[in-house]
Amino acid sequence: MDQPLHRALGLTDDEAASIERILGRAPNHLELAMFAVMWSEHCSYKSSRLHLKRLPTDAPWVLVGPGENAGVVDVGDGIAAAIRIESHNHPSAIEPYQGAATGVGGILRDIFTMGARPIAVMDPLRFGSLDDARSRWIAEGVVNGISGYGNSVGVPTVGGETVFDETYADNPLVNVLCLGLLPAERLVLGQATGEGNLAVLLGSTTGRDGIGGVSVLASAGFSDAEADAQKRPSVQVGDPFEEKRLIEACLELLEAGLVVGIQDLGGAGITCATSETASRGGMGMDVDVTAIPLREAGMEPFEIMTSESQERMLAIVEPSGLDAVLGICRKWDIRANVIGHVTSGPATGDEAGGRLRILDGFGGAVLADVPAASLHDDAPLYDRPRAAPSGWDEAGRTLAGPELPPCEDPAADLLAMVADTSWVWSQYDHQLYLNTVEGPGGDATVLRLKHPATGADTGRGLALSTDGNHRWCAVDPRLGTALVVAEAVLNLASVGARPLALVNCLNFGNPEHPEVMWQLSEAIDGMAEACSSFDLPVVGGNVSLYNESRGMDIDPTPVVGVLGCIDDLRRRPPGVRLVEGGRLVLVGATQPELSGSLWARDKGHRGGRLPALDPELHLRVAGVVRDLVNGGLLAGVHDISSGGLALALAELCVRSGLGAQVARVADAAELFSESPSRVVACVTPDSLPYVERVLGNAGVPFARIGVASGDRLSVKGLLDVSVAELGTVWQQRLPEALGSGTTQG
Amino acid sequence: MTTRVGVVLFPGSNCELDAMEAVSSLGGDAVVLWHGEATVQGVDAVIVPGGFAHGDYLRPGAIARFSPVMAAVQAFAEEGGPVVGICNGFQVLTEAGLLPGALQKNAGLKFLCTTVDLRVETTRSALTAGAEVGQILRVPINHFEGNYTCDADTLALLQAEDRIVLRYLDNPNGSVDDIAGICNAAGNVVGLMPHPERAISELLGSVDGTVLLRSLLDAPSRV
Amino acid sequence: MVAARPTLWESGRMMFSVHVEVRLRPGIADPAGATIERSLPHLGFEGISGVQVGKSIRFSLEAADEASARVEVEDMCRRFLTNPVIEDAVVAVEALEGSPA
Repeated sequence: MDQPLHRALGLTDDEAASIERILGRAPNHLELAMFAVMWSEHCSYKSSRLHLKRLPTDAPWVLVGPGENAGVVDVGDGIAAAIRIESHNHPSAIEPYQGAATGVGGILRDIFTMGARPIAVMDPLRFGSLDDARSRWIAEGVVNGISGYGNSVGVPTVGGETVFDETYADNPLVNVLCLGLLPAERLVLGQATGEGNLAVLLGSTTGRDGIGGVSVLASAGFSDAEADAQKRPSVQVGDPFEEKRLIEACLELLEAGLVVGIQDLGGAGITCATSETASRGGMGMDVDVTAIPLREAGMEPFEIMTSESQERMLAIVEPSGLDAVLGICRKWDIRANVIGHVTSGPATGDEAGGRLRILDGFGGAVLADVPAASLHDDAPLYDRPRAAPSGWDEAGRTLAGPELPPCEDPAADLLAMVADTSWVWSQYDHQLYLNTVEGPGGDATVLRLKHPATGADTGRGLALSTDGNHRWCAVDPRLGTALVVAEAVLNLASVGARPLALVNCLNFGNPEHPEVMWQLSEAIDGMAEACSSFDLPVVGGNVSLYNESRGMDIDPTPVVGVLGCIDDLRRRPPGVRLVEGGRLVLVGATQPELSGSLWARDKGHRGGRLPALDPELHLRVAGVVRDLVNGGLLAGVHDISSGGLALALAELCVRSGLGAQVARVADAAELFSESPSRVVACVTPDSLPYVERVLGNAGVPFARIGVASGDRLSVKGLLDVSVAELGTVWQQRLPEALGSGTTQG
Repeated sequence: MTTRVGVVLFPGSNCELDAMEAVSSLGGDAVVLWHGEATVQGVDAVIVPGGFAHGDYLRPGAIARFSPVMAAVQAFAEEGGPVVGICNGFQVLTEAGLLPGALQKNAGLKFLCTTVDLRVETTRSALTAGAEVGQILRVPINHFEGNYTCDADTLALLQAEDRIVLRYLDNPNGSVDDIAGICNAAGNVVGLMPHPERAISELLGSVDGTVLLRSLLDAPSRV
Repeated sequence: MVAARPTLWESGRMMFSVHVEVRLRPGIADPAGATIERSLPHLGFEGISGVQVGKSIRFSLEAADEASARVEVEDMCRRFLTNPVIEDAVVAVEALEGSPA
């Protein structure tokens, strides 16, 4: 290696100098490796932290905000909900199956670390174009990985998104959200308190898998094939059976009150878990590197300390409780070893006070000695240069682009859009735990809310929606992100839910490119504005940078997951459905603007100006839709989003096997516009007068646009297709592209 | 009298809570039967639930069948006690030799979570005694290895002895003779791939599973 | 290997390398094999037939001699490593170098 060690580990010269200042001496190899993983982009958020501070995070029902393993909100009846979303983009690009599988494993650990039983997973997935063989290979591998791990570990995958676009060629976005429930009084935090308490490593042995994973995979883009091949050994392998036993053992330990704090091992492995628990608790920790059970012989301390072997947890326990802890671990056949002692805090002046010391046996040689908090608190913070892309007009919020082509054949354009994603989610167990009232494929997922300890049904429900839209955000990342948040809120309203909390996964390109930093900063501002308008606290997030391939940054793709609450879940929400003779009511006003739409992207068009969002009107629309749904007044409802009114109508038709005759749509721009704050509702004739009165009283625009009947979808003067044809194209698109036999390309 | 139903829990099982909730919702008492203990605790009926016992490593059910509790389940079955294996539980019962045949990977080589229509083929099993022959039930399936396979002699025997309990109307996984569930010669041991415990409420989309589970809860009083 | 297991020499027992190949029995549908066979021509590999997918299990075994090692492995296969309803096994047993002859 012909470069200094710190650079080989991904640290800049300035960062290496900071480490030397912190230690008051030159770091040794082990210390340098520990700083390198902890100060990586993935662990330290050094490029994004400055901007993330602008997000609103408070609400009376928020119990734990960003910064812990998961956000936690009070959902009533003594129940707290823990929620988090993470990306596993880079590992999935290299080894799709294991990358996605370990993504699921990691997010589950974040949730049960908080004392919550994971009850639902959502997977927003984005792949390259279906025309591209390698993208198909990645898509199949990722879906198989989620199915293989998620089904086996016994947590239902209840929804998500599946998007194909060439911007994600070679760099898929594999985001994974997990929701867990816990009795509100059992909330535990990932901290080590109590000098003399023991740090017990639970679960798998430690091997060389994933060494340097966070710094190698998440902190630099990769493009040439040779470099990819060298990074392949870094990919971790998941064991869902180990994870399942780990979940049961940890929840039993927490239920028995045997742990002071508990932390999962994710990026940066034991280094991160020991230093985070110690510094959060205001303590230090001595770690015996020889006490860590290993999978391979001859591992160096720096490999052991930075390994990302999966299915491991660190529990902080009192010495008097150790036997009971080991007993529960034996019951579940979970390996448990005391690897550390909690030492005094930094203020005590003790030699070990506030330090993370890595020892060659307790009482043996000190292999590393760093202030525990320095690995987090002293991480670099960058205000990287930001610059709007050329062609961006700030005053007009318009991105220069060619004129949109005319729409010559709306029916053909619509047929090119329809795609049933059930090929993906029928491979996921989405029903386990008997909660799933509305599963994948609808506007939002609806789950029964049962008390996690007693199993008692509260008669209420939780709803989840994940949303992202790179096309909007590529035109205007600020407004585009606000529109994404708005869509999630309306999706929840469509199932009768009011939003409680938002988590985000910010997938962006290379932050060293000023345009990417501008996109990130703008997106955060847009999210902050929308969340403030909607009174929606951000309770957690994840930033994934360096998403680039084939020399290009991906389109900015902030993905949000929004948790909502349904106050009375006695009947199923109407869902995306038509009934014979139902009147179609368009709620909300259409702006005839196609910039940023799926239709425009399908025509190869980027740029323009996004349709505007009126937050106050949006809240009124969401509120009245929610009331109508909860009042049982709608026979069916569908949010209008990607593909506009046309795709919303098509999905209503194919899912119901029923046609619709629609008029009063002026032109293709109105048909395919993705302007916000709109739904299509199907209303029975006898409910119609009352529904119209409610809509009028709410002060939202609405119009009768047609009736559901027959076997054709026709929009007067624009398109006329048979529902059978739509249905066949809709059903066949994914199975035909992704049937068995795709190759690595 | 309240029927006590033992629900077997192997490491890696994951439908045990659902099975217990379903039993309770129908008025039964559900107790966990831990895999490491060789007893069925005097219960009236046993459910071997779905999931991935021992991670399904080697083959689904291959490791679980050697658990101490399975010896007790076998003895209980031999005395005529009603035993139902659902999904992974069906796989365990075939591996243990309590039911003939085997479950292979689905013909489509994909995990499949969806809802299917089943036809009740006989009422001589513990799971269908309260149903009607020809009754159509809408029940979820959730499996990768649900493709029921057996040799021609076994199939002929199952047919001759009226031991095919449930058939798929539209075979989702390639099972021979559209078989979704079978029973032993006495009818007290039943295995099926579909999940009746997932079809116990309108909110969840179907109540047809209650027809089957109620039969099981009533089975002890019929013995 | 030899130094690590001096007791083997004393006991007169031997180490064997065992390879169990688990295959679907003839006549049992093999959808994985069939799918691979159908896919290969699309990639330009012609003239392929009879693709079968199985499992390969390897381990080391201590036994008095090869015959008893084989008996033990076959028992293992019958009771655990295969499901005789659909699978059979081909067993290869080989004395490890360094074991007493």
